[in-house]
Amino acid sequence: MDSDFFSVDNLAITFGGLRAVDRVSFTINRRSIFSIIGPNGAGKTTIFNCISGLYKPDSGKIIFKGEEITGLKPHRIAMKGIARTFQNIELFLRMTTMENLMLGRHIHTKTGVWSGSTFFRRGSKAAREEITHREQVERIIDLLDLQSARDQFVGGLPYGTQKLVELGRALALEPELLLLDEPSAGMNSEERQDLTFWVKDIQEELGVTILLIEHNMQLVRDISDRVLAINFGRPIGEGIPEEVQNDPEVLKAYLGEEESIDAVS
Amino acid sequence: MDMKRDYYEDIQLLDSKVLWFWFLILIASLIILPFLIPNYYIYMVNYMAVNVIVTVGLNILVGYTGQISLGHAGFFAIGAFITVLSMTNLHLPFLLALLLAAFVAAFFGFILGLPALRLKGPYLAIATLGFGLAITQVIGRWQIFGGRMGLEAPGLTLQGLFFSGGSYTLESDRQLYFLIIPIAFVLTTAARNLMKTRVGRAFIAIRDSDIAAETMGVNTVYYKTLAFAISAFYTGIAGGLYAFLIGFINPSSFSFILSIYFLTFVIVGGLGSIFGSIMGGITMTWLILKLDKVQELPYLGDILSAFSERWMSVTGFPNISSIIFGLIIILIVLFEPLGLYGFWIRTKIYWKTWPF
Repeated sequence: MDSDFFSVDNLAITFGGLRAVDRVSFTINRRSIFSIIGPNGAGKTTIFNCISGLYKPDSGKIIFKGEEITGLKPHRIAMKGIARTFQNIELFLRMTTMENLMLGRHIHTKTGVWSGSTFFRRGSKAAREEITHREQVERIIDLLDLQSARDQFVGGLPYGTQKLVELGRALALEPELLLLDEPSAGMNSEERQDLTFWVKDIQEELGVTILLIEHNMQLVRDISDRVLAINFGRPIGEGIPEEVQNDPEVLKAYLGEEESIDAVS
Repeated sequence: MDMKRDYYEDIQLLDSKVLWFWFLILIASLIILPFLIPNYYIYMVNYMAVNVIVTVGLNILVGYTGQISLGHAGFFAIGAFITVLSMTNLHLPFLLALLLAAFVAAFFGFILGLPALRLKGPYLAIATLGFGLAITQVIGRWQIFGGRMGLEAPGLTLQGLFFSGGSYTLESDRQLYFLIIPIAFVLTTAARNLMKTRVGRAFIAIRDSDIAAETMGVNTVYYKTLAFAISAFYTGIAGGLYAFLIGFINPSSFSFILSIYFLTFVIVGGLGSIFGSIMGGITMTWLILKLDKVQELPYLGDILSAFSERWMSVTGFPNISSIIFGLIIILIVLFEPLGLYGFWIRTKIYWKTWPF
């Protein structure tokens, strides 16, 4: 476990007058699961968007494997080995599950216009590449139990399955750091339990480091190594799950002030 | 029949013996067709093939990558004029001239692709529309392009396809048929293959969710401009062939309406389907050529043109063919939004379980 695997240092971004993220810093160890919690609108997804390059932070540094990645284009960041899922599913709806996952292999494949348009037999370069990568994708389909959805258009799949396809697509990129934005949202408790095991598997067996945004405290407690709580863009507590959960600041953010509750009753 | 045994079958063009059989039938009938039908119909088939190339090219951009273009008549014009000019002025053999013209068109496609990085929907439509109009204006003003008078396509010879000069001339529509159909065939197959592999998947990904495509490592700047370039390449080739099909080109044959026609080929055929593009190109070309003759119908033709002169036209000029054309498009989009391809899929599903 090296400590300089991934770190965010004094990250800040403002939209108009709103400080969406305000001096947030944290460090993630390799092969650990790190969760960010906080009430709605606290700035969790904004942090994700800064990391994956969709937003340019106003100040602060994001360092991945000793290299600064702040402000790089999203596809550059993906090529460094950071994949993510979205809170509101962003799948390629008119592609099949297989094709969605094959797109996850984009940075590992290199078929271009010429070889891609001129293959005509099994041994052609483009065909060979397709076959090898389809085999790899099949492993992910097996891992996430997506066989039944394999050749279906993802637009017609149920919500929970779509979430899994998105997870699978991120895994197909073979990331070293995986950002999961509320993976269990909209899942029933059974699906959520499966997800807990898969996330744990991904961390332990594939050796992927995971950064998680999650509202379900049960899930966070079960799998996180460390938790960061933020509110109004500012960090309000960091530590192991039990510590953060009982932190008075965090309780205040979620439940409000104790005095005010007394005042009402 | 639906069981796949290995991954190659996912991307294979013909994945069963039955398909191979029909494929060979298709090739054979394409070869003997021009010896069975009269000259006018060969011309018609050639015209269809040219339009199929455009439709496939435009579908790559509109149907697969999700970027609109109302300027494809511009690329078509570039293809036609550059092919003719590089044969008459640079004395290039036809195939080389055609390739050069296609690359020039692709270059302009790339240039036009740059604003597409920032523009979406109607704004992109306006930008491409401007391009299409500007191209014909520029060509019309420039003496080298023959100005408003246009250019005549030089005589084509068999040797002239590969070298300059030669004596065996390709004049008749039947001889042109054996030039145009193979090119259309190769380009269509290539497009189909391309859409099944990495580049095509990146295009579709950009169409369905460009944010997700970006975060999955797809360089959207590169692939959007690439889609424009490939699309323009196809249209350029079609333009070059068109010049020799018609024999004479002038700027006014590449008007804004032509861009609209191209777009309707794509939409009627089915967005995001190569097979749909083939059907769309063929059907709509047939329709356009037939509608030109609607006024020649006994009785009905007179009534229709009198009707359109009286009620539908500002200029007093009969425009019944455009009206019927527009009506058919409206009906297709209303009742079959997936175009002819959607109709084909539904028919196939219906017959699969027939007679139950």
